[in-house]
Amino acid sequence: MGKIKSLEDLMKIKESTLKDLKMRDTDKRGKIIVAMGTCGIAAGAKETLKAIVDILSEKGIEDIAVVQSGCFGLCDVEPTIEVRIGENEPVIYGHVTPNQAKRIIDQHILEGKVVSDLVVKRGEL
Amino acid sequence: MPAVENTIVICAGGACISAGEISVKESLENTLKEYALEEVVQVVETGCMGACDLGPIMVIYPEGIFYQKLNSENVKKIVEEHLLKGRVVKEFLYTGPTGEVKEKPQEELPFFKKQIKIATRNLGVVDPLSIEEYIARDGYFALTKVIKDMSPDKVIEELKKSGLRGRGGAGFPTGLKWEFAKKAEGDVKYVICNADEGDPGAFMDRAILEGDPHTVVEAMTIAAYTVGANKGFIYVRAEYPLAIERFSRALETAREYGFLGENILGTDFSFDIEIRIGAGAFVCGEETALINSIEGQRGIPRVKPPYPAQKGLWGKPTLINNVETYANIPPIILHGGDWFAQFGVEGSRGTKVFALAGKVNNTGLVEVPMGITLRELINEIGGGVPNGKKLKAVQTGGPSGGCVPEKYIDTPITYDTLKELGTIIGSGGMIVMDEDDCMVDVAKFFLEFTVEESCGQCTPCRDGTKRMLEILERITEGEGTEEDLEKLKELGEHIMKTSLCGLGQTAPQPVLSTMRYFWDEYEAHVKEKRCPAKKCKELTRIVIDREKCVGCTACARVCPVNAITGSVRQPHEIDPELCTRCGSCLEVCRFGAISKVSP
Repeated sequence: MGKIKSLEDLMKIKESTLKDLKMRDTDKRGKIIVAMGTCGIAAGAKETLKAIVDILSEKGIEDIAVVQSGCFGLCDVEPTIEVRIGENEPVIYGHVTPNQAKRIIDQHILEGKVVSDLVVKRGEL
Repeated sequence: MPAVENTIVICAGGACISAGEISVKESLENTLKEYALEEVVQVVETGCMGACDLGPIMVIYPEGIFYQKLNSENVKKIVEEHLLKGRVVKEFLYTGPTGEVKEKPQEELPFFKKQIKIATRNLGVVDPLSIEEYIARDGYFALTKVIKDMSPDKVIEELKKSGLRGRGGAGFPTGLKWEFAKKAEGDVKYVICNADEGDPGAFMDRAILEGDPHTVVEAMTIAAYTVGANKGFIYVRAEYPLAIERFSRALETAREYGFLGENILGTDFSFDIEIRIGAGAFVCGEETALINSIEGQRGIPRVKPPYPAQKGLWGKPTLINNVETYANIPPIILHGGDWFAQFGVEGSRGTKVFALAGKVNNTGLVEVPMGITLRELINEIGGGVPNGKKLKAVQTGGPSGGCVPEKYIDTPITYDTLKELGTIIGSGGMIVMDEDDCMVDVAKFFLEFTVEESCGQCTPCRDGTKRMLEILERITEGEGTEEDLEKLKELGEHIMKTSLCGLGQTAPQPVLSTMRYFWDEYEAHVKEKRCPAKKCKELTRIVIDREKCVGCTACARVCPVNAITGSVRQPHEIDPELCTRCGSCLEVCRFGAISKVSP
């Protein structure tokens, strides 16, 4: 990427990134965002992230991207993850231990059913 | 036909059926018939609800109460208690992964309602390592707008319009600060970001640097352009390794994209940022001590004036703002000062991030418009005080702040209202206290912190806080006198008047504010040698009621210091000399035989 010189350059990146984020939803069916702030990591987000990556590869699920983000404030329910599938309303889950991550992958990712007992928030942040 | 009053949705997914859903349903229907409820209670089977490991499960509407792990026996009890008597049967409710009881797990937490996110708008939304995602959320558009279309004076004008005040604690108007730095004469100027967040309980700056580092890079660059600086520093404490790592990455990518370094956005404006890591002294959060520390000097405050805007880093005009203040800048530039000023109230515009901690259900970071009441913040967003305890007070502003008692809980949170109550917003730490907290002990905690962190440069703070702590220690040990109380107040007032820097000038606040609102507690400690909250170790004893004790030995087994003795089926005894008042025995006694007493 070259240096940005103008608003037009910036707009191009914005649009292509927004398209990429969408693309990720079409060529990748969806994504799992793991909150990796200090609070999340202290609560075990690294183990959760590792478990998610392991379970996905174990089950041969290749159409889900795994990315990370910062803390969105609800440190009490860390580790938190957000699941976005296609155009569906995103869902944020709390207290996601490796075992709960497996439930979320089995039910939400594979069967499209929200794991209601772990939900802390639906919709955009 | 009578109208249906309740609908019970029972899960008939494969997992629940194999866990016994059919017999649960039969038992439910039989019990409903027994109580002639079959016409007003509708039972509906649904497909898998998703919580298979909790099955069989059912939800009773209209309330939406969720019961788990049912069998033919407990479902009868639910009919008798819930449907007939209207009482929720707690023991069969869904318990969350951490064991907390949630009546309605499907419903999201009210935590997010009432929040307005400006400074924390990207937290949890963008990948902190991806500059493209930041740009996709309008990142660096404010910088481009400033450099291409706005004069420095216009930037300052928008900031003044916005009413933004420093979020680090002192609350100085940001627009004015930028104006002073711009107007200051000097060939070289500096921009600093204060990320030496040290108040116990506050962690919004860390969260912003970890979750959205580019917002600080962008804002510092805007600041540099505005005041005419070419060099910036961010002073982060060493305790925040992840923040340092992510901010370094943000600096690298910003340079690659031309937002930092030589000829920013193709213009002749150049600016770069260097990271300085603080070794963990609380006083280095004070701006002049921080500047000394960057220079390689001992981290002690300087005399003000001159203010950093006139004579700061290496004697040059320096603009210094806190992380959260910077995080508000790009949205203000993009949407305008008036947009920002629509949030909040007169004198306190915009939003503030608070770190909720202590005796509150939803601990964490929240961003709310200024002027929201403490009650809304604690009870609605925070979810109230846990375990049915009563709210006693809220400590705001960390070691420089004070306690607001429960009777003022409807006070709107603004710089001015909290000041009237003898406390400050500070950096936004908010510690909730319930009836089990002793206010003398709380004051002692904060003073211990100040004594530990006083830099030692000026006598009132160095010696004065130490003497105050000694008095508080005497009081909590039952050795205090009425003269001590007077001395405590007098000393506190002197320290506030005579200390050199803001830390010393506010250090006695936690003591004075608790004395102001909880005088009776101080008196109880001194006159009656009693701790009303039963917290102070020397004034509290744990006793066993010989009548109630059945000699189950549970307490003796759990006591970490073997202070409890007694033989099986005989009343036990506690040796007060050995007992540390840890309370472990209180938790395990199932007969209510153990209690804390303060004479």
